[in-house]
Amino acid sequence: MTTTPGFVTAPTRSVVAASRNALAALIARDLLVVRKSLGEFILRTLVQPFLLCFVFLFVFPKIGQAVGGRTSTGDFATVLVPGVVGISVLFQGVQSIALTMAQEFGYTREIEDRVQAPCPIWLVAMAKVLSGAVQGLLAALIVFPIASVVHASGVHAAISLHWAVILTLVPIACVAMAGLGLVLGTSFEPRNIGLMFGFVILPITFLGGTYYPWTALAPVKIGGFHWLQTLVLVNPLVYVNEGMRAAFTNSAHMHLYVIYPVMIAFGTFFIALGLRNFRRRVLS
Amino acid sequence: MNQNTLELDIIQTTDLVKQYPGMEGRALDGIDLAVHRGEVFGLLGPNGAGKTTFAGVLTTRVVPTSGRALIAGIDVAKHPALVKQISGIVSQQNTLDRRLNVWENLYFHGRLFGIAARESRRRADALLEQFTLTKWARQSVYTLSGGMAQRLMVARAIFHEPAVLFLDEPTAGLDPQSRLALWELLGQLNAAGQTVMLTTHYMEEADQLCDRVAIMDRGRVLALDTPENLKRLVGADTLVTLKVAAGAERLAAALAGGLSEVVTSRVSGGSLTIETRGADRLVPRLVALAESVGVDILDLTVAEPSLETVFINLTGKELRES
Repeated sequence: MTTTPGFVTAPTRSVVAASRNALAALIARDLLVVRKSLGEFILRTLVQPFLLCFVFLFVFPKIGQAVGGRTSTGDFATVLVPGVVGISVLFQGVQSIALTMAQEFGYTREIEDRVQAPCPIWLVAMAKVLSGAVQGLLAALIVFPIASVVHASGVHAAISLHWAVILTLVPIACVAMAGLGLVLGTSFEPRNIGLMFGFVILPITFLGGTYYPWTALAPVKIGGFHWLQTLVLVNPLVYVNEGMRAAFTNSAHMHLYVIYPVMIAFGTFFIALGLRNFRRRVLS
Repeated sequence: MNQNTLELDIIQTTDLVKQYPGMEGRALDGIDLAVHRGEVFGLLGPNGAGKTTFAGVLTTRVVPTSGRALIAGIDVAKHPALVKQISGIVSQQNTLDRRLNVWENLYFHGRLFGIAARESRRRADALLEQFTLTKWARQSVYTLSGGMAQRLMVARAIFHEPAVLFLDEPTAGLDPQSRLALWELLGQLNAAGQTVMLTTHYMEEADQLCDRVAIMDRGRVLALDTPENLKRLVGADTLVTLKVAAGAERLAAALAGGLSEVVTSRVSGGSLTIETRGADRLVPRLVALAESVGVDILDLTVAEPSLETVFINLTGKELRES
C-alpha cells in the first residue's frame, strides 16, 4: 500500500479552516508530550513548591526559626500557599515555553518544521502559549493540594476558596505567564539561558510577592515614599500572587479591580511582544 | 483526486529580488524562472549563490524585497498560509520532533495538515512501509541514523501530498550509500508524479537527479536547461586534466599551437585542464607534445565535461571554491 503523491495542485481548504485544524493538532501534540512524560511533568512541577513548603512551613517551625516578620507561622502559611501556586504557574510558563522554545530555535531546529504548518506563523506561537497555559493550570491543580498539606503540625494555612475568582483569575494568570514564557523563549539564545534565570527569573520570583503580600511592603519606605511597593508594581508575578491570595484565602490583597485589568494588560503585552519576536526569528 | 492540469508551471517567479538589510549585494538579483509540473528541478551553485534564499522565498520563510513568486498561481508573499497547504519541505537540518516517536512524527504531521485521524494513521503506516522504516515506528527519532532521519523527513514532507516537494541540500552530510538511497527514493516519487525542487552544490546530484538545472551564482541564474544541454554549452566533449612537475604554462602554450581541437585551457598551480572537441588519439598526441617541450606528465585524467565544467566556464571559478 503506497500513497500516490503529486496530484494536489491547489489548496483545498480556506486558511481559517486549515488554521483551526493546525491549532488543534499543535496543542494535541504538546499535550501528548506532557502525557508521555507525565511523571517528569509532575516531578518538575512539584519539586520547587514542595521544597518551599517543606523548608518554610515544616523545617522552620520545627527548629524554631522565625521566618523574619512579626507575623506568626500560621499567618505565614496563609501567605505562602497562594504564593507557591503563583510561582508554579510562572515556572510552568518558563519551562513549557521558554526552555523548549529556546531549544527548538537552537540546536534541534524543530521550529523550522512547525512553522510550515498551513496556518499563519503567529498561530504556531499562540498554540504554544495556549498549551503552556493549560500546563500552568495543571500545575496549579496539583500544587495547591500539596502546598496546603505539607507543613508541621500546628502550622495552619487559612484556606478559603473563592470559586468565582479561582475560575476566572487562575486561567488569566496562566495565559499571562505563558505569554511571559513566549517573550523569554524568543528573546534568549539557548546559550544565554543561565542569564535569563539570573537576571529575569530570580528577581521576578524574589520580588514577586511569593513570600509576603504586596500590601505588607508598605513599611519599606524612604521618607514618605513606599519605594519597594512602588517598584515591584512592574513585576507581573506580584499581580499573579496577589490574585492567588484573593482566590484561595481571606487575607489582605491588592484590589481585584487592579489585579484583573493589569494582569490582562501584562498578558496582552507579553503575547504581542512574543509574537513579534517569534515572527522576526522565523522570517527573514 | 484533484486532477487539475491547467497549471503547467507549478512555480513561477518574476524578477524576484531579495536584499537583506545591512548586507552588501543582493541575495537574489532578479530571478525569473518556472518549474513545470512533474519535473525534478535543481538549483545548482556554490554556497552563497542564493539557492537557499530562493527556496526560502518559495517556502514562505524569506520575504522578497520585490518581484513575485507564485506556486500554483498563488502569490507566496501574500498568501503564505495557503501556499503552505500545498508545499512539502525537507530542510537541511534534522527538524524531526524529538519528543515524538517515528510513527508519531508522521501521524501528527497529518493532523497538522487537517487529515482525519484515521486517514493519518493509515498513511503513517503506509509511508513507514514504503520508506522501510516500519521497524523503527515506535522508536525515538534519536535512534535513527542520518540517512533514516532524512528518509523520515521526506516521508513527512510528502505526507499531505504536496504539489511541490522542496529539498534543501538533501544529501549534504549523508554517507554515499544513504545518498544513493535517497536519490533512488526521489526518483520513485518523481516517477509517481511528484514535482520536486532541490538545491544542491553537488554537481553529480544535479546531473543524476534533475530534469532541468538552473545554475546560480551571486543571486542570478546563469543558465537553465537540461543537464545534457548545459553540458553541450561547454562546446567540448572531452576534458583532460594533466598534473605536471613543472612548466604547465609552457605546455599550455604548446597545446594552443599544436592541438587545434583544444577549445579552452586553464592552468592552476601544477595542473593544466584542457577542453577539446572531436580530437582523435588525444592522449598519445598530448604526451608526445609534452615530451617535445620537455614537460614531465605526472598524472593524466580524461573525462567528459560535467556540470562543474559548465559552472567553471560560466563563472571562472569552481563550485566548491566559495
